[in-house]
Amino acid sequence: MTAFLNHFMYDFRKGLRDKSLLMLNYLFPLGFYVLMGLLMTGLNPTFAATMIPAMILVAMMASTLLGLPNPVVESREAGIYRSFKINGIPALSIVSIPIISSLVHIFLVSLIITLTAGPLFNAGIPVSWFYFALILVLTAFTMASMGMLIGVISPNSRSIVLFSQSIFLPSMILGGLMVPASMLPEGLYRVSLLLPTSYAMNAWRGLAFGLDASFNPLWALLILLSSGLIAFILSIYLFNWDSKNRQSRHSPWLGMLSLLPYVLGAILLTN
Amino acid sequence: MPDDVVSVQDFQKVYGDIKAVDGISFTVQRGEIFGLLGPNGAGKTTTMESLEGLRQPSSGSLHVLGVDPSRQPKTLHNLIGVQLQSSSLPGSMTPREAMEFFCAYHKVSARLDILERLGLGDKLGAQYEPLSTGLQRRLALSLAVAHEPPLVLLDEPTAGLDVASRVELHEVMLELQAKGTTIILATHDMAEAEKMAGRVAILLKGKIAATGSPAQLTATGKGLVKISVSSEDSSLLKSSIFFPAVAQRAIKDEYAVYYSHDAGETVPAVLNYLKEQKDRLIDLRVERPSLEDRFLEITEPDHINGAEQ
Repeated sequence: MTAFLNHFMYDFRKGLRDKSLLMLNYLFPLGFYVLMGLLMTGLNPTFAATMIPAMILVAMMASTLLGLPNPVVESREAGIYRSFKINGIPALSIVSIPIISSLVHIFLVSLIITLTAGPLFNAGIPVSWFYFALILVLTAFTMASMGMLIGVISPNSRSIVLFSQSIFLPSMILGGLMVPASMLPEGLYRVSLLLPTSYAMNAWRGLAFGLDASFNPLWALLILLSSGLIAFILSIYLFNWDSKNRQSRHSPWLGMLSLLPYVLGAILLTN
Repeated sequence: MPDDVVSVQDFQKVYGDIKAVDGISFTVQRGEIFGLLGPNGAGKTTTMESLEGLRQPSSGSLHVLGVDPSRQPKTLHNLIGVQLQSSSLPGSMTPREAMEFFCAYHKVSARLDILERLGLGDKLGAQYEPLSTGLQRRLALSLAVAHEPPLVLLDEPTAGLDVASRVELHEVMLELQAKGTTIILATHDMAEAEKMAGRVAILLKGKIAATGSPAQLTATGKGLVKISVSSEDSSLLKSSIFFPAVAQRAIKDEYAVYYSHDAGETVPAVLNYLKEQKDRLIDLRVERPSLEDRFLEITEPDHINGAEQ
């Protein structure tokens, strides 16, 4: 337990000490939040109703999809994981601790956004704090597990950009952050259901903010949880200690399984 | 515990069609410093990493303090300390954090005194990445020995270090040996192996080409003595004369170099020749074969640049 705590404390400090992680964990999401608060609330008054969850999702994606994978690939390439393996540090710790410390960074940023968005930008306040917190924890876990999985299956930094951006960019545009998913054309709505943010926004709207949901938000919770668990388990299963001496013979394409719940959601929830 | 701290029997490691290690066997006894020598690609690192549990042997058996590294990695972790050839720490980690981090996983108290001993006392709060190569190596060695393992494996521990750092790390290795720690040292540096190792094994193309103490190895070579001569008029350089007992002749810088079976016969003949040529001797050196000479003899039979038979 001491080792786990020690590892966690180091990893958490790294998220503040490392300039690129500090940027992705705090500076980018908070800067984006202020910018959107100033711009979007004027341009689109309906944005304020779901501004808090939308900005929390941006913070989550920056911290996890963009922030988590690179240190994993760099550590593998630099031989850091070889040192860890020789010293008996288990793969479970290497996978789970960055996920937990990402969750803590996300909670801190979420707290800042939640406490200030109302007074500063007249943002909508949750009607159910329980569901608000539950969806936050669940979505953060799912995003962090997906970020870790991207790091585990990516052979290099170029692959990280490809995998991360293929979720991040469509989520920003189609994921219900700026415009409710219900306002999208039918075809794009189906595509949006392949993205975790669509489920998180749907759940927040229906369960935490008392707004209309496109489909039963409990399904959204189940799909997010399934995807998060699959991504977490696959991250451990596919984890490689060493870029030069790959011991895992499993195909990294198995990582695509973590998207299966969204594919099922896109098929079943639109019929 | 058995006296053989490490036992390797018919160890083979194959990558596709390439045999990186081809059926080697050796033992390492308690408290000794054992050198693994060999040119690049000889199989040193593969052997070291297999002993550390990082690679699975294709066949044969390896035992470290009675433990099979590939089957009992959890038991192995507390028995060995390792300084890898290519490994690193997170760039933002400080020496203090690294010591606390690894010691926590080994379930021992952080040994900041070792960091002090190895000259990292004033760098405890500095981040790893900007540290010099020498300090990074010292930190790696500190972490390898912090949990006081009975066996330490060091892969090129002094590569890239300045002379002072190298001497200091050698002193630390001798201190460890004095405390009963067994050390396996993989190195390219023959002088280091000759100075530090009680026994060495020379690996060549995945096989052990020679094994024994440095003194035994040098004695079992061709036993040629190296005689280097420099003179004012360089008459020896202009002449292709062969002196008695000389097996090979070479020119290196301003020196005529003779590899002789018997220096007692060769040296007087060389001096007589210079006298006859009315040439004045500037420098004459007679050196016994070193481990490096023996190593080159084994690994590169035609090693003497420009040598004439």
